[in-house]
Amino acid sequence: MQISRDILTRSYRSMRTIRDFEERLHVEFATGEIPGFVHLYCGEEASGVGVCAHLTDTDTIASTHRGHGHCIAKGVAVEGMMAEIYGRQTGVCHGKGGSMHIADLSLGMLGANGIVGGGPPLICGAALSHKLLKDNNVAIAFYGDGASNEGSTLESLNLATVWQLPAVFVVEDNGYGEATGASYACAGTQKDRAAGFGMPYFECDGTDFFAVYKTAGEAIAHARSGKGPAMLHVHLSRWYGHFEGDAMSYRADGEVAKQRAEHDCLVNFRKYVSEVSLLETSVLDEIDADVKSEIDAAVIAAKAAPLPEDADLMRDVYVSY
Amino acid sequence: MSSNITPITMPKFGLAMTEGKLASWSLPVGTEVSAGDELADIETSKITNGYESPAAGILRRQVIPEGETIPVGTLIGILADADVSDVEIDSFIKNFNDNFSSGETKDKASEETPRRIVEVDDLRISIQESGNGNEGTAVLLIHGFGGDVSNWMLTQSALSSSHHVIAFDLPGHGESTKQVGDGSPEGFAKTVESLIKILDLPNVHVIGHSLGGAIALELAKSSPELVKTLTLIAPAGLGQDINMNFINGFIEADRRKTLEPVLQYLVHDKNLISRQMVEGIIRYKRLDGVINGLKTIASASFPEGKQAVSLRSTLEKFDKPSQILWGEQDEILSAKDADGLPSTIAVTRYPDAGHMPQLEQAAAVNAIISSFIA
Amino acid sequence: MSKKSFRQAINEALRQEMRRDPRVILMGEDVAGGRGGTGVKDAWGGVLGVTKGLQTEFGEDRVLDTPISEASYIGAAAGAAATGLRPVAELMFVDFVGCCLDQIMNQAAKFRYMFGGKARTPLVIRAMYGAGFNAAAQHSQALYPLFTHIPGLKVVVPSSPYEAKGLLIEAIRDDDPVIFLENKVMYDDEEDVPDEPYTIPFGEANLTREGDDVTIVAFGRMVNFANQAADRLEKDGISCTVIDPRTTSPLDTGTILDCVADTGRLVIVDESSPRCNLATDVAALVAEEAFDALKAPIRRVVPPHTPVPFSTVLENLYMPSVEKIEAAVRSVAAYHVKEEA
Repeated sequence: MQISRDILTRSYRSMRTIRDFEERLHVEFATGEIPGFVHLYCGEEASGVGVCAHLTDTDTIASTHRGHGHCIAKGVAVEGMMAEIYGRQTGVCHGKGGSMHIADLSLGMLGANGIVGGGPPLICGAALSHKLLKDNNVAIAFYGDGASNEGSTLESLNLATVWQLPAVFVVEDNGYGEATGASYACAGTQKDRAAGFGMPYFECDGTDFFAVYKTAGEAIAHARSGKGPAMLHVHLSRWYGHFEGDAMSYRADGEVAKQRAEHDCLVNFRKYVSEVSLLETSVLDEIDADVKSEIDAAVIAAKAAPLPEDADLMRDVYVSY
Repeated sequence: MSSNITPITMPKFGLAMTEGKLASWSLPVGTEVSAGDELADIETSKITNGYESPAAGILRRQVIPEGETIPVGTLIGILADADVSDVEIDSFIKNFNDNFSSGETKDKASEETPRRIVEVDDLRISIQESGNGNEGTAVLLIHGFGGDVSNWMLTQSALSSSHHVIAFDLPGHGESTKQVGDGSPEGFAKTVESLIKILDLPNVHVIGHSLGGAIALELAKSSPELVKTLTLIAPAGLGQDINMNFINGFIEADRRKTLEPVLQYLVHDKNLISRQMVEGIIRYKRLDGVINGLKTIASASFPEGKQAVSLRSTLEKFDKPSQILWGEQDEILSAKDADGLPSTIAVTRYPDAGHMPQLEQAAAVNAIISSFIA
Repeated sequence: MSKKSFRQAINEALRQEMRRDPRVILMGEDVAGGRGGTGVKDAWGGVLGVTKGLQTEFGEDRVLDTPISEASYIGAAAGAAATGLRPVAELMFVDFVGCCLDQIMNQAAKFRYMFGGKARTPLVIRAMYGAGFNAAAQHSQALYPLFTHIPGLKVVVPSSPYEAKGLLIEAIRDDDPVIFLENKVMYDDEEDVPDEPYTIPFGEANLTREGDDVTIVAFGRMVNFANQAADRLEKDGISCTVIDPRTTSPLDTGTILDCVADTGRLVIVDESSPRCNLATDVAALVAEEAFDALKAPIRRVVPPHTPVPFSTVLENLYMPSVEKIEAAVRSVAAYHVKEEA
């Protein structure tokens, strides 16, 4: 597998940005300054980044309530995201949406989503646009093992096949839908579900960037080539609760610690690229330092940014009135 | 100045949390901590959760002691390097707290007379005790049909300055169990007898109101040794007539508008029936089993609109001090029912009171009872 | 009697009804939590801890964690209700009704009528509603008008812990489908609540204040706001009646009309989106049935016709408030019909 230096550095930077962004939110949320609730993507970085490494700004993705990572992987500006999470006028959604609704349609990011199973049907539509507009783009639905049990998701698998859409259904399987284990809540297997709808199935270790990159490349190539949809089943683990404040008593002691110790995508990435001499450690260190100051700056800017004004309340309910 | 001081504040766990209790500190002051080390256990109405340190440093202060409940964002501790002076930390804490507004302070719940549940013959009886019992014999207050301990709100406190006073909710009433057995005064008297024994009282001054008067008489009949004196306020059991508009209306009326006129039968001064009292009785009547219990009591005691049991001869034969108190304006049981009793039984009538002289003429009633049981 | 939070009142109602009647079962996403996980069972007891401990007491057969599959489990609850059980299904946030509306609107609500009176569907669907938590557009809606619009459903919007317990027990014992909506901001509100089971009948409004000048009809959490406004106005000599209808379907129209007949002035407080909501419904009722009694135009205190915004400043602006209610009451109290020249 050949990966360009550019993709490697960009991907590492994305993963590091997601990690630092989320770890920082974990700390900042606990101060009570961030309104509402946030769901963190720590531990799952390689999935969003490995998939989005194959996409351009004109490909479309739909995300979930755990959407910060997908946003960053698709190139949404960190400063605008942070401001949004702080409810500021300068946020990517002008403080109207918050953590669960970050979107940037100019970058093909169709939004994080507060509704489990909200994304897959939308991605059928996005893929239909790409197909009928013949723009050679693909549409990617990210969703969890929990959402894989929503009727809307299962209907979308069917529809995408019926219409032979350029869509990829990425099941980010972290083993838990909220506080309930996938081993209880998911009947059968994702593989058999894909087979049931007649679409090719790919799976990979979602904590290994290179595995995701390679497998996602195959799934996306299939969809882009006009052969219809594919399913990509990514096995991974989330390091924080379903939402911030979740004590995770439904997980055994040490489960997360083990994941952090053995399956840290960033640590493993660094190890691999130095072993095979793909990137120099100094380059990675430089990225780390860069990202750290970028996140620091984003938090400072968000806290200092103006709040929405009264008139913003009535703005943008419709395009025209 | 404070670049190497990190404030530790009450974290926000989940969207609903506005305050939390610092259940315990996980580390003593002086411990060197790394980011991610558990600093404290935080308890909310929902969960208890470990709080991990957001930064590295030495835990220099535990600003909030264990067990305290405080708003999210309140300063609970200080992390700082070893070279930061105590003066700097003190000034940091002061600045932080000066700039932090915690919102409203919580008011403590007002102290109430303690209630407790006593198990009596498989029934749960809610009692309310007061007074220290300097005078020896305790006082037992028995309310009437549809009543509860609150009927004695002006009586109990007055008597408790000298006596140990026990008010309780009859079965089917207040916070007691809602099974009423056969609903007869005789049946209730058995429960009262058990209650007195369980409370380990040799005997008591019994004060019974309305149907509670009939229960007191049944007790005097079956266990005279338990009754030291008998005070009957507007008692049932001495005549035949009873205002069934009150009994039936009390059972049937389920809205404030319809219940209020029914409750007004109880008093001479109709303004005494407050909105809160009506609401309290509506709430009581909504409890599972209450309506059925009241119906059982009514049919046992007042079948076909008349009082079923006459206890006049019991009273006449009872050989310990007995008195009767009655409001002349009583619209439920007639004060005339006290006519024609032996002269050993003192009868006091109040011209400006209805069925509840202990509320309407509280001072006079309390005075006469106090001297009677002195 | 003891102080209980809104959360505890609901938990106790469920617990007592499950003890009383073995046909009562609970289902929903993480109503217990932890099933299929590597840690403890009953890990959450609902996303805000409302059903905590029930699976521990009643077991996995009666407290069922569901996959995240609203259409299937809400529909399953309706089917079970029609065939002998008395399910209480939790939809978590009421906004998620978008995922399962068919099962509620076209199935459960219609059985009784469509089948010629042959079906009973003793189903309760519990869900959280309301803004005030920065939960943004998909987790903050007050959708009771949506359900009120559908014949065959009963809709309950409790305003306090005491009300919640009695109305929930009533809902569980009722033989029709009941939508029971809990304002998520109120879970920590506390008041005295009896320890024993009790019921509060549907369709019977509660007057939390009685006054002579202005009638305020308020729903759910807004009842508390209206009471606060009434207390402030009382000090300036404006006395208000505050009506808590408790249920939006059935609606106690009699009490509303009686009170308007007494005061001649009406303010309605409704935190749901302003078009075709309960405020418009009550306003239409009064305009039609009590026109002659009115001494001033009816005023509605409602949010603007926008999705619920995220940012605190916008959300505060969006919500009805004590101040907004106070201003509306003052304006109708000061209104005098112009004499015709």
